[in-house]
Amino acid sequence: MSALTVQELSITVGGRMLVDGVSFAVEPGECIAIVGESGAGKSLTASALLGLAPGRVRATELSLDGVDVRRFSESQWREVRGDRIGLVSQDALVSLDPLRRIGAEIAEPLAIHTRLSRAARRERSLELLESVAMPSPVARAAQYPHELSGGLRQRALIASALAGEPTVLVADEPTTALDATVQARILALLRDIADSGTAVVFISHDFAAVRRVADRVLVMRAGRVIEEGPVGEVLVAPSQAYTRSLIAATRHAPREDRFGLGEAVLTGIDVSKSFSGIPAVADASFTLLDGQTLGIVGESGSGKTTLARMIVGVESPDAGDLRWTGDHRVQLVHQNPLGAFDPRWTVGRSLREALAAGGVPRERRAGRVADLMAEVDLAPELSRRRPAQLSGGQRQRAAIARALAAEPDVLVLDEPVSALDPSVREKVLQLLGRLQRERQLTMIFVSHDLEVVAAVSDDVLVMQHGSIVEQGPVASVFAAPQHPFTQELLAASRA
Amino acid sequence: MKPLLVRLAGLAASVIVVLWGAATLAFLAFRVIPGDPVSVMLGPQAQVSDAVKDGIRAELGLDRPALEQYLSYLGQLAQGNLGESYQLRMPVTEVIGRQLGSTLQLTALALVLAVVLALVLALFVRGRVGRGIVAGAELVVLSSPVFWIGLLLLSVFAFGLGWFPVSGTRNPATIVLPAVTLALPVAALLGQVLRDGIEAAERQPFATTVRARGAGQVRLTAHHTLRHGAAGALTLTAYLVGSLLGGAVLVETVFARPGLGRVTLAAITDRDLPVITGIILFSAMVFVVVNVVVELLHPVLDPRQRRASRIAVGELRR
Amino acid sequence: MSAARRVLLGAALLVLAIVAAMALFPGIIAPADPLQTDVRGALEAPSAAHWFGTDQSGRDVFSRVVHGTGRSVGIGMLATALALVAGLVIGALSGIAPRPVDAVAMRINDVLMAFPEFLVALVVVAILGPGAVNVAIAVTLAAVPVYVRLARVQTRTLVLAEHVEAARILGVSRSQAFTRHVVPGVLGTLSVLATIGIGSSILAIAGLSFLGLGPTEPVPEWGLMLSGGRNVLGTAWWIAVFPGIAITLTVVSATVVGRMLRARLEGRVA
Repeated sequence: MSALTVQELSITVGGRMLVDGVSFAVEPGECIAIVGESGAGKSLTASALLGLAPGRVRATELSLDGVDVRRFSESQWREVRGDRIGLVSQDALVSLDPLRRIGAEIAEPLAIHTRLSRAARRERSLELLESVAMPSPVARAAQYPHELSGGLRQRALIASALAGEPTVLVADEPTTALDATVQARILALLRDIADSGTAVVFISHDFAAVRRVADRVLVMRAGRVIEEGPVGEVLVAPSQAYTRSLIAATRHAPREDRFGLGEAVLTGIDVSKSFSGIPAVADASFTLLDGQTLGIVGESGSGKTTLARMIVGVESPDAGDLRWTGDHRVQLVHQNPLGAFDPRWTVGRSLREALAAGGVPRERRAGRVADLMAEVDLAPELSRRRPAQLSGGQRQRAAIARALAAEPDVLVLDEPVSALDPSVREKVLQLLGRLQRERQLTMIFVSHDLEVVAAVSDDVLVMQHGSIVEQGPVASVFAAPQHPFTQELLAASRA
Repeated sequence: MKPLLVRLAGLAASVIVVLWGAATLAFLAFRVIPGDPVSVMLGPQAQVSDAVKDGIRAELGLDRPALEQYLSYLGQLAQGNLGESYQLRMPVTEVIGRQLGSTLQLTALALVLAVVLALVLALFVRGRVGRGIVAGAELVVLSSPVFWIGLLLLSVFAFGLGWFPVSGTRNPATIVLPAVTLALPVAALLGQVLRDGIEAAERQPFATTVRARGAGQVRLTAHHTLRHGAAGALTLTAYLVGSLLGGAVLVETVFARPGLGRVTLAAITDRDLPVITGIILFSAMVFVVVNVVVELLHPVLDPRQRRASRIAVGELRR
Repeated sequence: MSAARRVLLGAALLVLAIVAAMALFPGIIAPADPLQTDVRGALEAPSAAHWFGTDQSGRDVFSRVVHGTGRSVGIGMLATALALVAGLVIGALSGIAPRPVDAVAMRINDVLMAFPEFLVALVVVAILGPGAVNVAIAVTLAAVPVYVRLARVQTRTLVLAEHVEAARILGVSRSQAFTRHVVPGVLGTLSVLATIGIGSSILAIAGLSFLGLGPTEPVPEWGLMLSGGRNVLGTAWWIAVFPGIAITLTVVSATVVGRMLRARLEGRVA
């Protein structure tokens, strides 16, 4: 008997069918992954498994542990949730009650479903913390979510979902908010959970993560399952073109060509910066060549954004030197394009402001705006919209267009594609490559995503805790990493 | 232990600064306004010779240099001496002290009623229609002058239905209508903030986690969202206390009750400066005490505000 | 916007339009003289001749309510407008001032802001003395701290905002960035707050007048009329009820319009 059986699941919200004909079954000890881009219906499907989906849910079969849950009332669902099926969400910082201690959060399913005394519940939550490899469980149980690091918080969230010993565990993007090295450990934990007999439904848009955790995979697009099968088969030899394009978007071969690079444009010598006594960048030394794409890679808190901002000139180093040879115009493409535009202004107006600041005379501005929009492949009528009315990919292009309005020869990009879906990401990366060739730009590409940096950069700086731990041509750094952190980073991002 | 002591010392220092600031402000304010306080005090009808006025001025110490007046004023305050009322010829502390009890009774009862009402409304009103109606009622109550609400209640329940006595203080029933009147605007504001806080918390991702554990609405509210709403409501406490004080002045006038309201009003109309100063200082003290209590309570309700944990988080974030 | 909200907004705007008409053209809406006494016709219940009845001196209550609009609402609007400008200037300056100056100013402002407007106004009147002009000054001063706080927070936030920094990186000068990006944002938020704040000012004025600290008889003013109505509550309920309804309706409508404006503003920026 399967732990979970779903046949012909459909969910209709507001008259639109957002999930159509999804069918799958999960055995105990098996992990099935549901992948797709945003809007594919994966999270909606997951919420239907818990009876939390909005709108109308229909299925020819939906059974949990052999029990038909299709016509369950709310109170029947409440008995089943937490007890037979558990949920692990993204980002434990907001998925755990910030005002309650970890121990209390973990013990809650026990308080709801069992008659254990408070002391017994406490015992059990400590056991659960140990089972998810939480260091110093007694101390941690007394702490609050914000006092734990991201990885430990996620473990606590998983422990809380397992407290009721559910047959099925639904994990909805459980590692997306985490750094790569931490992600790897959590994924290993999920694999262990599956191996010890729980049926795991793993939802993600990240194929690399799916490779590590799942046995079988379902690919969803626009509410339908377009391909399914064992992970080894689907990810190596997908039968559908869409699946192929999705996978291709996540894999990049490191750039081999390094010719055409000129003289040093910028030299950084022992650049350091602290904020309120806490060092953000320490003794960073590097060289930027004309026409080069320099990648700066690191996890959150590594100092990469601070370094980029110093290069642009928004911050100045406390110590050390950033020496530019000659006159160069440097522009920044922000990490968050929505925040970087005045929300009340249309995109066109923001572009005109950038042109005005660059000294373009009034009568030429409209023409230049049209040129810039065309250059970044944006339809001209989009210039009359406000940033909030554009899609993520369109906004990113608009941000690039605005940076180009000042005619820079050095372009610094801070996580330009991190928030985009894989297919959109590809297009923006191609655009950046084309712009670099056409305008002969020198680019600095800051990211936490190794694959992306590898695909676009000539040289790379690897940063950890404010220091550059390794640097060099991207192909050699990736083929033979010297520093342990680089090795860990590479191991985490590869299957 | 040490960080706590440092914090308490800091709070004590700010208490003294605020009180000193209020005292100085009151002192300056009265010196700045045009007009001779003695003439104002005696009223426009008084036909009094200048010699007598000078005599009164000397008696009240108003002819000494400003700085000397200021220092002796501060010195008196430090000893708890608020001076003597011009009109009543009694120490201000006694004037306030006599009427304080009555006002305190009224505001305490009103506060209790308000909190109970707000909690009941926030916890037990469910569903969009219910919440909409309550929100509408809150809006109307907050838009009505509190004294008008008092007049309406008087009109309906005392004059109309005769359930309650119209005025007086002998009968304990006389405190009911004034307390209810005073409680309504406070309950409205408190209920609004509490409900907004609870609703905002219910939209957070952690609410989904709680539901996914099998919790029902009651558990979600009682164990989780109520605390979030209360943390928000706590920041309002100083404002609500101020609202109660101001409202008390109006309500006592409507229901002809004795209390600080009567004292304040008389002092303002008679230009009895020492009493007015005394009342201003008293309000400042109440405000400061309430603020200190809220400051101390805040980290209890919201662990994210605790200093020690903030340092730890800072270390983690690096 | 849902149908219910549209109806609500329409009703609120209608009420405000009527109030504006009453304030600007009282003579047309209520031709009866608000000061005309008629001792024999005193304390008459509402009728066709006197829609809101007559008061202790035989004056037409309806006429007095209409003619009092200018005073009760007008002063409130004036106070709010003055307070907004003062708050904007002080708050914006504090927002760009050096840290210590800003910190001290905000501390003082926070103390003032913790008190409800009515209480602060009462204190100011206590210091200045009773009178119609003093009430106006008091209510203006009492309203200022909220605008200062909001103007300062907005200025600080916007000055540090990413899109302002982005403009500076592009080469826009500091003053241009300030006037083009910071000021409109601050002004917009403040104006919305003012619409809600008019209600508080009107209530504060009514309260002070009720206590007898504002305009004196025979001037028609809503709070003052309520005070007069108090003494004859058992026999002539209409003197107290109608001015109170006027106050409540006006404040409710202003608040509803203000809140909807705020929701639209936040929705657009979010």
